[in-house]
Amino acid sequence: MNLHAVRAIYLFEMARTWRTVMQSVISPVISTSLYFVVFGAAIGQHMNQIEGVEYGAFIVPGLMMLTLLMQSISNASFGIYFPRFTGTIYEVLSAPISPFEIVAGYVGAAASKSIMLGLIILATSTLFVPLSIAHPFAMLAFLVLTAVTFSLFGFIIGIWADGFEKLQLVPLLIVTPLTFLGGSFYSIDMLPPFWRAVSLFNPVVYLVSAFRWSFFGQSEVSIGVSLGMTTLFLALCLGGIAWIFRSGYRLKV
Amino acid sequence: MKPISEKPIIDIRHLVKRYDTGFTALKGVDLQIMPGEIFALLGPNGAGKTTLISIVCGTARATSGMVLAGGHDIVKDYRAARALIGLVPQELTTDAFETVWNTVSFSRGLFGKKRNPALIERILRDLSLFDKKDSQLRQLSGGMKRRVMIAKALSHEPRILFLDEPTAGVDVELRRDMWEMVRRLRETGVTIILTTHYIEEAEEMADRVGVIRQGEIILVEETAELMRKLGKKQLTLHLQQPLAAVPGTLASFDLTLADGGHALVYTYDTKGERTGITALLGALGDAGIRFHDLQTDQSSLEDIFVDLVSTKP
Ligand SMILES: Nc1ncnc2c1ncn2[C@@H]1O[C@H](COP(=O)(O)OP(=O)(O)OP(=O)(O)O)[C@@H](O)[C@H]1O
Ligand SMILES: [Mg+2]
Repeated sequence: MNLHAVRAIYLFEMARTWRTVMQSVISPVISTSLYFVVFGAAIGQHMNQIEGVEYGAFIVPGLMMLTLLMQSISNASFGIYFPRFTGTIYEVLSAPISPFEIVAGYVGAAASKSIMLGLIILATSTLFVPLSIAHPFAMLAFLVLTAVTFSLFGFIIGIWADGFEKLQLVPLLIVTPLTFLGGSFYSIDMLPPFWRAVSLFNPVVYLVSAFRWSFFGQSEVSIGVSLGMTTLFLALCLGGIAWIFRSGYRLKV
Repeated sequence: MKPISEKPIIDIRHLVKRYDTGFTALKGVDLQIMPGEIFALLGPNGAGKTTLISIVCGTARATSGMVLAGGHDIVKDYRAARALIGLVPQELTTDAFETVWNTVSFSRGLFGKKRNPALIERILRDLSLFDKKDSQLRQLSGGMKRRVMIAKALSHEPRILFLDEPTAGVDVELRRDMWEMVRRLRETGVTIILTTHYIEEAEEMADRVGVIRQGEIILVEETAELMRKLGKKQLTLHLQQPLAAVPGTLASFDLTLADGGHALVYTYDTKGERTGITALLGALGDAGIRFHDLQTDQSSLEDIFVDLVSTKP
């Protein structure tokens, strides 16, 4: 195990985060605050409690998930795409380092960053709404699991993309709609039966539902099913990455 | 020069590279590099130099064939193989916003080595980069960037160093410095493989030269021997009467018989003070040897280099 290499990649990627700390940290905080103003303060006034939880508090897990997903994907995809784009990837490819170690470095850094952002949003939220967390350890576990899973997904996108447009394409066309339709801002139990059934094909529903359970102790979908679906997606991403390194896809000519 | 029993530090066998486009860039290359030597890979644009280096260093995959580095298979035993190798690629690729110090330290970590600020400092000083250590790479000139790439490759103390066109876009003074550095490295036992378009550069630097053209190694030779051959020309005299042997009176000339005694071949050095042709013709007249035709030939090597030079950018 080349731990020095994992550490080098991890710290290199984190350094990029600190260099761009304004974009990295400030902007999600600002956009979260805006969500609170719009959804919490303006709309929430006219909303009843959902499942016994104030609307303002109800949307916190959804907001954190939203940021976690978007940030994990964009950090990880950019992290690996950029060295491919500039050509500096040659050094990683020529180093005595295994695929697992490469992924650990890049995905570890991307996931760390989005976990930090998730926690910052949580902290920001407490400024707007009173909040208590029913299962804090489960909450952290889901936070880490989601961040890692979607950073792996982002890594795959960063390798697949052959232009900056494609890098934006998947998050914009697939992830954003799925997140907004995944019950981040409402309970899918509020939907008519047909649309509720359709929603169950959306993987984000399971993430948000499980995450919400860790906050409020109740969920739309059983926690076991949620965990199973998340693990399945994690396994799919790992399989995709294994294939990329075995075939050299877009990494080596 | 080197004992024959010594094992090559790089052993390339039947290496073939066909790109996805269907183009075959390497057509079965065999090449052995000995420990501690400076080897120049000489060839025109598109000959396959970078492709060859990329495969050995792990940034490209071979279609077939095998490479051993320090006895380790570069695919099966890539950790051990790559740990020995430092690469300075042809293209200047740098992380624009990193500082010199960080990017060089990063390379060392990537190759699994413990931090060693003293070593990094020495490398940067040797390459006259130390006063730039806190500069971002985008603030450096092209020549400085190239030196940073060399510093990155040296940061993990490789035993084998690949320099892909180290002197492209480099001014005369830096070129001198670079050659100086290469020689210093060799003294510490590092094996160096460099590519170049210029025969003079190979002559100046290398112990051995390999010429690659259209994906094939067409020649590998010790530099001194190569230069000797390159400097030679042949004068062929077609005799009126065949000779059984070169007459003793002509022993001082480098003469051989050819064509069953019908031709006399004189080999001479174009780089010498005088070619000796006038003296030879005089001596032939004295010996009563007559000829009805004569022609001069350059060695085929010369042709190769004419070819190379004609594709020089
Ligand atoms: N990724 C690629 N896909 C397809 N063909 C390629 C690729 N890379 C290189 N080639 C082709 O392979 C051949 C050898 O290229 P290579 O870069 O190895 O040449 P080179 O000897 O390094 O040339 P130069 O002196 O210009 O650097 C060229 O004809 C080139 O067009
Ligand atoms: Mg080249």
